[in-house]
Amino acid sequence: MAKQQYRNRIELLQGTLDLMILQTLQWGPHHGYGISQAIRNRSGEILQVDTGSLYPALHRLERQKWVASEWKVSGNKQRAKYYRLTAAGKRQLARERSRWQQLTEAIGGVLDHAGNEVES
Amino acid sequence: MNFPWLGRKQRTDELNEELESHLTMATEDLAQRSESRAAAAQAARREMGNFLLIREVTQDMWGGRWWRDLLEDVQYGLRVLWKNPRFLTVAVVTLALGIGANTALFSVVNGVLLNPLPYPHPEELVTLHESKPNFSTGSISFPNFLDWQKDNQTFSSMAVQRGTSFILSGLAEAEQIDAQFVSSDFFRQLGVVPVIGRDFAPGEDLVGAAPVTMITAGFWKRKFGSASDAIGKSLTLDGRAYTIVGVVPANFDLLGTMRSRELYVPVGQWSNPILMNRAAGLGFHGIGRLKPGVTVAQARTDMERVARNLAETYPDSDKGIGAALIPLRERVLGQVEPFLLLLLGAVGFVLLIAGVNVANLLLARSTGRAHEFAMRMALGAGRGRILRQLLTESLLLAAIGGGLGVLLAAFGTKAALRVLPETLPRAAEVGIDARVLVFAAGVSLLAGICFGLLPALKISKSGAQSALKEGGRGGSGTRHRVQRALVAAEMALALVLLIGAGLMIRTLGALWNVNPGFQPKNVLTFGFALPSAMSGANADSVRAALREVHEKFAAAPGIQAVSFSWGALPLSSDDEWLFWIDGQAKPANDNDMNWALNYVVEADYLRVMGVPLKTGRFFTRQDDEHGQRVAVIDEALASKFFPGIDPVGKRLHLNNGGDQVVEIVGVVGHVKQWSLDADQKESLQAQLYTPFMQLPDKAMAQSAPGVSVLVRSEDSAPVFESIRQASAQMSNQQVVFGAQTMNDIIANSLAERRFSMTLLGIFAGVALVLASVGIYGVISYVVGQRTQEIGVRIAMGAQRSQVLRLVLAQGAAMSAIGAAIGLGAALPLTRLMGTLLFAVSAADPMTYFCVVALLFGVSLAACWLPAWRAARLNPVDALRYE
Repeated sequence: MAKQQYRNRIELLQGTLDLMILQTLQWGPHHGYGISQAIRNRSGEILQVDTGSLYPALHRLERQKWVASEWKVSGNKQRAKYYRLTAAGKRQLARERSRWQQLTEAIGGVLDHAGNEVES
Repeated sequence: MNFPWLGRKQRTDELNEELESHLTMATEDLAQRSESRAAAAQAARREMGNFLLIREVTQDMWGGRWWRDLLEDVQYGLRVLWKNPRFLTVAVVTLALGIGANTALFSVVNGVLLNPLPYPHPEELVTLHESKPNFSTGSISFPNFLDWQKDNQTFSSMAVQRGTSFILSGLAEAEQIDAQFVSSDFFRQLGVVPVIGRDFAPGEDLVGAAPVTMITAGFWKRKFGSASDAIGKSLTLDGRAYTIVGVVPANFDLLGTMRSRELYVPVGQWSNPILMNRAAGLGFHGIGRLKPGVTVAQARTDMERVARNLAETYPDSDKGIGAALIPLRERVLGQVEPFLLLLLGAVGFVLLIAGVNVANLLLARSTGRAHEFAMRMALGAGRGRILRQLLTESLLLAAIGGGLGVLLAAFGTKAALRVLPETLPRAAEVGIDARVLVFAAGVSLLAGICFGLLPALKISKSGAQSALKEGGRGGSGTRHRVQRALVAAEMALALVLLIGAGLMIRTLGALWNVNPGFQPKNVLTFGFALPSAMSGANADSVRAALREVHEKFAAAPGIQAVSFSWGALPLSSDDEWLFWIDGQAKPANDNDMNWALNYVVEADYLRVMGVPLKTGRFFTRQDDEHGQRVAVIDEALASKFFPGIDPVGKRLHLNNGGDQVVEIVGVVGHVKQWSLDADQKESLQAQLYTPFMQLPDKAMAQSAPGVSVLVRSEDSAPVFESIRQASAQMSNQQVVFGAQTMNDIIANSLAERRFSMTLLGIFAGVALVLASVGIYGVISYVVGQRTQEIGVRIAMGAQRSQVLRLVLAQGAAMSAIGAAIGLGAALPLTRLMGTLLFAVSAADPMTYFCVVALLFGVSLAACWLPAWRAARLNPVDALRYE
């Protein structure tokens, strides 16, 4: 349990929360709780999105017009605010993804190089 | 556009619901794994974290945080200010005084200097004058004007004008009407369109044209009830019938300075026999409109050519005559511009002092609030946030002060203009307009920022801990040092203003003591017109009528002596004659003759004016039309033309429209004709007196519709009333008008300086009061801070007088530093007053000494109360004081 808590505290890189939210909404509209559960499940319970970061992020994305929201009733008759990706949000997602790709490749390159040195 | 303050409540409700739904869903999920629903709800809440914090951080994403903070700051600031009404009152009143005085003066500067002259394309308008040997901007003769108009290539139009007056008869009781002779293009070039009727037509201004007149809207209303059938009606002016052709709009104002005129008449109607004499200026001055794109320099070159050609064609009259061109704006405002700007600078000092005072108040108060701010910082407020809060408070103060200041200015401006309605050109155009409001707002904003920033920086810099440690008493030495420096600065500023005002007082004192060469007390001047039936009468009947009037006036109660006067009148109007000395060859042309100011007066003139007789005799009643032609000269003429010789018995040839030879029978003292302060700077000094009854016949006949009268009365007799009665008893068709005492004439000639003196005096007084309040505040505050220390001193045996001296010494030190800085600043600054000063140096030791003494006296008096309180402290109370 203690270990899991520790792993849960992996700090998200700046901007990655936005990327994950947009990516999650790619598969269809979701409410805030659903988004946080989706991220948690897809990350294998490692990434737990803090509610105190999630809602400010959603409202910021809405203000930037990358997501839009509307009130709907969920499957178990719970009224909830659903967010969906806008056209601008899709473009933003593509941009963020390619940036992320570059970043991971770059970091991977650095790590591989360092690993080789240790081996030799 | 994002309006963050709109719908905020609704969005917050939605956010609440959103977060609640999150909680519900999390609880449902957890409930499947938990033993009880209550435990699940608790776990969900724990997982979520601080609900309120989440909500606040999310709200921040909506934007408009800045506005909300501002709103909060303003609300908080108002509450804080309201809680301390004494501070609020003092600060607001101080700022209102400073901002009000600045706004008032700026509204004058704005109306007079900044607003364009009220004519289309005013930059194209220039005034026209003849430059001649004695006058750089002399009057233009009508024939010369007609040639200028014809020959120039740089003006789109030109006009001449001259003030006059008519006796209007036939409508009711005869009355004197102020009027203006103008040439045909006058109204057209100033862009004036008649209300009804028509403008003067080209050629209508020439001699021999049918008599027509344009009346002003005021006259139209008064005499015809603004009825449109007034056009085409006839007015009897000086006994002649004039047809009314048009009405001039009420707002037409002749360059803002002239007295209001009631009607306008084309120049050619003037019955003056020498109107078409090329050598006679007759008081005409011109105004012209440059063709678009032509510069004043180009026009000057063009007019030089025109004048040169005229001088060649008519050497007799035009040799040495040039054309002088002065842009209209410069002509109207050139005189007042420097002194208005000087006053604007001076009033800026008042604002500085007011601002410094408020800064000091804020500083003193901030010490009491150190605890509050330390607490807020400890609770997480950033320094920027505190700074902003303080600035908001000082800006609020400035805004309230500024608002009151504008109200003050609205009334103050009216009051200021009443002090001096006539001398300030365009006074009627002064008022509060958009530009003045922008100025007031700008000044308030600046004051709020500048004088709020200093204390704000001071507070936000002092760390939270130190203030908490000192238990809210603050009071380290550095803060006192800033306050003392500010008070010293106030003293310095006040001193500069006081010195300026002092120098003006000394100047006016000196001017009132200038001997004008006559005794103005109890002398009254007024105009007199014989019944209009006398217009056109011959010289002998005019003489007979005027003799009778003279007798009646002299017999009126309270009158000691009476003299008719024609020609020049000291400090009011000038008139010149040309002459040459008998025995010398007659000069080839007019401009080679000698000039003299001519005073045509009666035997009692010396008694009326109190001019001293030097040698020989003055006129008697026998010096009339039958007697030998005689003249009296002044000392200036005597010493210039008869150096070392007794002029009595010498003869002069006068070129005054009837070639006269006169014998000099006496010499009188020189009289200041031009002004009290700069008379000797004028090149024309020679003065010549001739007997009224020996006036050439043509001129005598002309004096029927208007001649000046001078009377000396007993002390405080209601002279004008008895003159009016005496006149009315003779005929209700003769008119007395335009009464003015000689003392008023002198006072008017000093009006501009008196205006400066009054305003500088008021500013200096306000500055002194504000600076005293400042020093009083700081000393009281310092004494308050040192209560315990003083208590200890007294308990240890210090004498009360020692305590008194201790406190007073602090005040004296501040005043001394301020005075030293002020003196240093005043020496260069008062030089700017330059031409306003008379007979007193800008570094006048007497003024400086008195002002410094006054400043010290007032500041020590202001320190006395807190010092006395300190000396009376009961040591037991003082030690308990917290």
